[in-house]
Amino acid sequence: MHKHLNRYFGLFALPTLIAFSVAFLIPFLLGIYLSFTEFTTVSDASFVGFSNYILAFTENSNFLNALWFTVKFSFVTIITVNLFAFLLALALTKKIRGRNLFRAVFFMPNLIGGIVLGYIWQVIINGILLFWGADITQNSTYGFWGLVVLTNWQMIGYMMVIFIAGINNIPPQLIEAAKIDGAKPSQILFKITLPLTMPAFTICSFLTLTNSFKLFDQNLALTAGAPARQTAMLSLDIYNTFYGKIGSEGVGQAKGVVFFLLVAGLAALQLYLTKSREVDG
Amino acid sequence: MKKTISFFVITAIFICSVFSFTGCKKEDSETIYYLNFKPESSAAWGEIATAYKNEKGVELKVVTAASGTYEQTLKSEMAKSSAPTIFQVNGPKGYASWKSYCKDLKNTALYEALADKSLAISEGDGVYAIPYVVEGYGIIYNAEILDKYFALDNKKVSFNSVDDIKSFADLKAVVEDMTANKEKLSIEGVFASTSLKSGEDWRWQTHLANIPLHYEFKNNKANLSSDDLSEIKFEYAENFKNIFDLYINNSITDKKLLGSKSVSDSMAEFALGKCAMVQNGNWAWSQIKDVAGNTVKEENIKFMPIYTGVEGEETQGLCIGTENYICINKNASAEQQKLSEDFLYWLYSSETGKKMVTEKLDFIVPFSTFEESEAPNDPLAKEIIRYMNRDNITTIPWDFTVFPGQTFKENFGASLLSYAQGTKTFDDVKKEMVSDWKKEYK
Repeated sequence: MHKHLNRYFGLFALPTLIAFSVAFLIPFLLGIYLSFTEFTTVSDASFVGFSNYILAFTENSNFLNALWFTVKFSFVTIITVNLFAFLLALALTKKIRGRNLFRAVFFMPNLIGGIVLGYIWQVIINGILLFWGADITQNSTYGFWGLVVLTNWQMIGYMMVIFIAGINNIPPQLIEAAKIDGAKPSQILFKITLPLTMPAFTICSFLTLTNSFKLFDQNLALTAGAPARQTAMLSLDIYNTFYGKIGSEGVGQAKGVVFFLLVAGLAALQLYLTKSREVDG
Repeated sequence: MKKTISFFVITAIFICSVFSFTGCKKEDSETIYYLNFKPESSAAWGEIATAYKNEKGVELKVVTAASGTYEQTLKSEMAKSSAPTIFQVNGPKGYASWKSYCKDLKNTALYEALADKSLAISEGDGVYAIPYVVEGYGIIYNAEILDKYFALDNKKVSFNSVDDIKSFADLKAVVEDMTANKEKLSIEGVFASTSLKSGEDWRWQTHLANIPLHYEFKNNKANLSSDDLSEIKFEYAENFKNIFDLYINNSITDKKLLGSKSVSDSMAEFALGKCAMVQNGNWAWSQIKDVAGNTVKEENIKFMPIYTGVEGEETQGLCIGTENYICINKNASAEQQKLSEDFLYWLYSSETGKKMVTEKLDFIVPFSTFEESEAPNDPLAKEIIRYMNRDNITTIPWDFTVFPGQTFKENFGASLLSYAQGTKTFDDVKKEMVSDWKKEYK
């Protein structure tokens, strides 16, 4: 049986391998190559060395501004998304009526596309800001918090499901024993539930981190960078560079590669941390 | 060993089959492919394709890029093996970026038919892009509301018709008095929203900016086809401010809220009779007529020039020009290039083609193959033609085709929004615009 598996390994792995190469590997390598060139269409490029990378940082401060905005944004969302998701998970693992319905309802925003969400929230936020005679393009603070609210609304449900799984995995005996020993609910929460859901926290915080870094549709639909690119995040800035100016496609591509390195670094860190925790556990 | 061999054999089979699948879709040399820029005429292009197929048996594939995404779409389509055979550039700037794809059209029948040869984009001996439509913009007004205003007893101005408005001062007096009487006129504001949402601000950062910059170029006798435009002074900034202030202070929408208004919002406001004026071009007709609950009558839709307070503007006309130049992809096969040329000439010279152009596309064309009677019948196009034929009127050309790329325009639009919202002074807007021009001009 094992021998057969080996023989047909190629056959079974091949479709995926081809799909992976066509949809990921080839475009990725082509992308790295293009970041060193000047081009209008991808099939026709001339080599220019590192100048695109230099331009990405020196031509204007857009990229660094976007990076700083993204970092601030990710920092806030990691805290809020995980906090609210955990509280919801805690509430929805208690025996309350209709908790499956609630779980489904909280999960649902995650199923709506980012562009649609962005436009819906734009209408809502502009509607609220109208009381003060303003709209979301007036001040980058509005855009920032608008994005935070939107992202929370979208991601909390997903993270909540992971937390629920984590909480449900806690052996009931532990909690029962703690109760018999006279532990207060707060002690149970901080001494048992929280430490035992730590793996879920690691997963969720890194998911939030990478998702926040890669946020694009929501950003495009909600603010599109207004006012004056102050609320443009990394992906949107890359997009704007690529299409905004004749001859700057290569610069956009270079920014894309830098962006990839950042996200890949974060993902590697996540992998390392989750793995080491698994060994400890 | 055997394992590796079988692995390679299977791989080879798979790869072959994948490639043979794509091989089946070999491009048909009997088809031509046009990448259309104008979303408002995508249905008309569909009809043209059917008509051409019936008449000449050649398959015309038309793909329309979504509004504001032509460059993106063109970039990705051009990289494909079945790339567009006919595409368009938006002027000298667009040509510069697509140079290596533009076929020399000097010996084509279409260029032969071009009435004013200087309109085409040429370089050296070659002609690489031919304008295929002439368009104009100005202030579109609803004559019914204006007449109602001129009939008011308490109006403060002495004019009795729009034709008496000859300068910015006149326009300002009328507009401000109309704002004061807006209840009586049952409008919510004189001007439709100054749409400053990003991506929707081209009416200001491009079209309106054209006027002061045209005067600046004219004043300095700048040569638009040379490269001495790397710096501007924005000498007529004050004039830009005049008209822009008039727009945002007499608008339906509070000026702090303009950042979320789109062009279609403005056109809908105009179509529903909520405002009397809106700055836009003759292409807006299709938008006005398609608004549900439209209350503006066709015969009441008129144009007037955009006055900004420049000396001698009494004779100023509309801004008429083009930013639509047709090109043929020189990397397409020789047959396809020939077919594309034939199609374009057919469209602008045959009975069926011309009918499609004037009736379906509503284009005013720069070709001598058209008789004077063969012009579109929509109210705005008729107005453009009326202005073109009026004596003693100076038409303002579309000098914005020399503006530095999209980034410059976007930044200027964003500055204008901040100005409208009160977070930036006009001096800063001007300074940033001038320095941005220098930075973005290549």
